[in-house]
Amino acid sequence: MAIELRDVYKAFGSKEVLRGFSAEARDGETLVILGGSGSGKSVTLKHIVGLLEPDRGEVWVDGLRVDELDREGLFELRRNVGYVFQFAALFDSMTVAENVGMGLKRLTGVSKEDRLRRVEECLARVDMAGYGERLPAELSGGQKKRVGIARAIATEPRYILYDEPTTGLDPMTRAVIDELINRMKAELGVTGIVITHDMESAFRVADRFAMIHDGKQQFQGSPDEIRSSADPMVRAFIEGRPELIEEAE
Amino acid sequence: MTSLLRAPFAAIGRGGRTLMVGLGQWGRMVWEAIVSLRDVDVWLGLTLRQMTRVGVDSVPIALFIAMFTGIVLALQASYTFTGAIPLYFVGVLVGKTMMLELGPVLTGLALSGRVGANISAELGTMRVTEQIDALETMAYPPVAYLVVPRVLAGIIMFPLVTALAIGVGIAAGWLTSLQLLDMSTYEFVYGLTLFFQPFDVTFAMVKTISFGFVVTSIGCFYGFRTRGGAEGVGRSTTQAVVVSSMVILVLDAFWAITLL
Repeated sequence: MAIELRDVYKAFGSKEVLRGFSAEARDGETLVILGGSGSGKSVTLKHIVGLLEPDRGEVWVDGLRVDELDREGLFELRRNVGYVFQFAALFDSMTVAENVGMGLKRLTGVSKEDRLRRVEECLARVDMAGYGERLPAELSGGQKKRVGIARAIATEPRYILYDEPTTGLDPMTRAVIDELINRMKAELGVTGIVITHDMESAFRVADRFAMIHDGKQQFQGSPDEIRSSADPMVRAFIEGRPELIEEAE
Repeated sequence: MTSLLRAPFAAIGRGGRTLMVGLGQWGRMVWEAIVSLRDVDVWLGLTLRQMTRVGVDSVPIALFIAMFTGIVLALQASYTFTGAIPLYFVGVLVGKTMMLELGPVLTGLALSGRVGANISAELGTMRVTEQIDALETMAYPPVAYLVVPRVLAGIIMFPLVTALAIGVGIAAGWLTSLQLLDMSTYEFVYGLTLFFQPFDVTFAMVKTISFGFVVTSIGCFYGFRTRGGAEGVGRSTTQAVVVSSMVILVLDAFWAITLL
C-alpha cells in the first residue's frame, strides 16, 4: 500500500475523534474519505504528514512508519507529499508566485531560474498563468484553491492530500477543481487522498471510497460498491437521507 | 462552609497550575528556538526583515514617548528642587532616570504593545488559517521560520531603539532646561556627567535585551497557541500584551535587585 492507516486512535482531551480508524490508498489511485462534519477527516489527513501523532495505531507512507519518523525523516517525507488545505492556507504576505515557490526553496539543487520556471509551469497547469504577481487577497475562493493545488504539485510529490477541496465553491468551480484533481492523477501519476462530504464531487474523482463514522471505518470499497451498499449509515450519507438510519434502528 | 473556605485556596492552586503549565510550554518553545538556530538557511534572511519591522518601524513611537518624558522630567526636577538644590541636578536626574529606568521601561512597554501585539496577531492568524501547518507540510521548521527571526530581531533591535530613545529623552530634557529653566548647557552637561558611570549603560542594555527577548518570545508563544477564529486571535493578542507588560515590570525590579 502507498498510504495506510492501521487502527488509529486520536483524542483531544476527553474528545475521542479517531477510535481505531483504518484505511489504505493504493499506488496511483484517488481514495476519497467520506464522513460528516467533525467526524475526524481532517485529523486523519494530518496524521499522514505527521502534523498529528496518533495516540495508538500506525500510519505508513511508502513503507515508512510516519509516527516513528524523526525530524529529518518527517521533512524528507513531506517533500513527497503535497497538501491542499481546506481554505488554501496561502501565505497572505506573499505573492501567488512566492507561495507556489515556497516548497521549491527547501529543495537543494534547484536554481532560482529553475524555481521560477517551475512556478510558471505549475500555475499554467492549474490555469492560473499570469496571476503570479497577485496577492492571495486579490483572488476568488476557487482561484485560491487552484493556487493551493499549484503549490502542492510544485515539488513534484508522489502523493497529494486534498482537505475538502470543493467546500464553499459554486457548482461550476467545484467541477473545475474536480477536473484538476483528475488531471493531476492522469498527468503526474500521483496518489491522492481526498476528504470531502460533497458526494457529487466525490463520485467524480474517486477510484475507491472509505467512510469514517464514529471514529471508525464504516465502509471501504469501489464507487460501484458504495452505490450498492446496504449499510443504512452509508446509504443515509450518500443519499443525504438521515431518516434511513432511524428506520434501520 | 468548608467548601466556601476552600474556594480561595482552590482558585490559587488552579492559577498556580495554569502559570506553571504556561511557563513550561513557553520554556519548551524557547528551547526549540535555541535548537532551531542550526537551521541558519531558514532564519537568516528573515531576521533582517524582522529587524526592520521590530526595530526601525518602532523608532517613531519610542522617540515620541522619550521626548515628552525628557521634557517632563526636567520640569518636575526643577519644580521639586525649588532652589534648595543646585539646578545642575536637573541634568543628574534626567540622565540617570532616562538611562536606568524610564528609557528602557517606557520603550519596553510601548514596544510590548506595538511589537508583541503585532507578532501575536500575525502568528495567531497564521495558526487559525492553517498557514503554520502549510509551512510544516512544505518541510519548513515553523519555529526556525517564525520564532527565531522575531526573537533575534527583538534581542538586537530593542537595545538600539532604547539607546535612541534615551538620547532623545536627554536631549529633550536639555532643550527644556535651556528654554524654560534658565539653565546653561554647561550646567546641564555638568549634572549629566557628575554621577555617570559606564555601568549605567551596561545596566540599561541588559534590561532592554531581556525586554526584547520576553516581548517577542511571549508574542510568538501566544500566537502559536491560538485556537478558534478571530476571537481567539484577539484573546491571544491581549494576553501577549498584558503578560509581556507584567513580565517587563517584574524583570525591571529583578535587575534592580540583582545588579544595582
